Amino acid sequence: MGMRLVLKRWRVALAALAITLPLGFAFPAAGEKAVGMLGINIATVMGILPPVFILLGLFDTWVPRERVAPHLGEGSGLKGVALALFLGSASAGPLYVAFPVAEVLLRKGASVRNIFIFIGAWSTMRAPMFLFELQNMGFAFGLSRYAASFVGVLAMAWLTDRFLGEEDRRLMLAGSGDKV
Amino acid sequence: MTWFLYLAAAGGLAISAFFSPGKTKMSLLKAWKSFINVLPALIAMLLLVSIMIALLPERLIARLIGSESGIWGQFLASLIGSATLIPAFVAFPMAKVLMQHGAGAAQMAVFVSTLMMVGVATAPLEASFFGWRATILRNGMAYFYSFLVGYVVFGAVTIWA
Repeated sequence: MGMRLVLKRWRVALAALAITLPLGFAFPAAGEKAVGMLGINIATVMGILPPVFILLGLFDTWVPRERVAPHLGEGSGLKGVALALFLGSASAGPLYVAFPVAEVLLRKGASVRNIFIFIGAWSTMRAPMFLFELQNMGFAFGLSRYAASFVGVLAMAWLTDRFLGEEDRRLMLAGSGDKV
Repeated sequence: MTWFLYLAAAGGLAISAFFSPGKTKMSLLKAWKSFINVLPALIAMLLLVSIMIALLPERLIARLIGSESGIWGQFLASLIGSATLIPAFVAFPMAKVLMQHGAGAAQMAVFVSTLMMVGVATAPLEASFFGWRATILRNGMAYFYSFLVGYVVFGAVTIWA
């Protein structure tokens, strides 16, 4: 791999470093704490991701496109919407796990709209989180937020699907990595 | 939760290896390749999350979003909610206590809504999968929609009370 390609691949990490380093030096106490937090965060993320990627690798090789596309693809209609909502809200775990899952589903033929419904539901409609919210915030707060989020997830997924052009779709389906 | 993932992965690999060692090897290779592909974005996320937690500890967040009210309070809550990555089991009890001390329902709703839907720190990772255009589109819409969520929740809580 050439130097330029390496730089291109890592430029997002370098950009993050260019943001965090000056902040760390400007606020030394926070900078020192951030170094400690970095260790904890690396341990957490690296603890979760290996089995996620292995399961996605298995899913990718064993489950053929024909098993996914009819249920979540362009022609899946309301059933596809409902399934995407269910899969997203039945999940547990942080949002950064949803992205690789969504990408594999997308490559297996799920529609862009359903993928963004899935990500939206994962982010804000997770069932365990909602129960915890009701407990803490009460029914008026929890139910109204959930209802508003439900409408928003559907609307935003529909709009995202509308706004993304052919080029964006091609990039999304090209597989991860080289677009960074 | 994590132990379950490891159990599922180990079980999946065992079953897969029983039926086809070749496909199992291919699965592991794919897993490794996708991991290497997201590594730069993952490191970017870890750096951003770590500095954000250090710069904005929970106590400071609580003070900032608990005291400001009105549209300025919602704006501040939306910025903090977008920039930070706080798990729900911390965010909801915090919002509950803040509301008991007089913080507005709209601010709290905007805060938890942006916290869940908008992620500045996770944006590089999201973009590595879906491209920057889709990432900015999703996060941007979710950011503005969170204010609407704030008004809906404010209305519901006001009527309920």
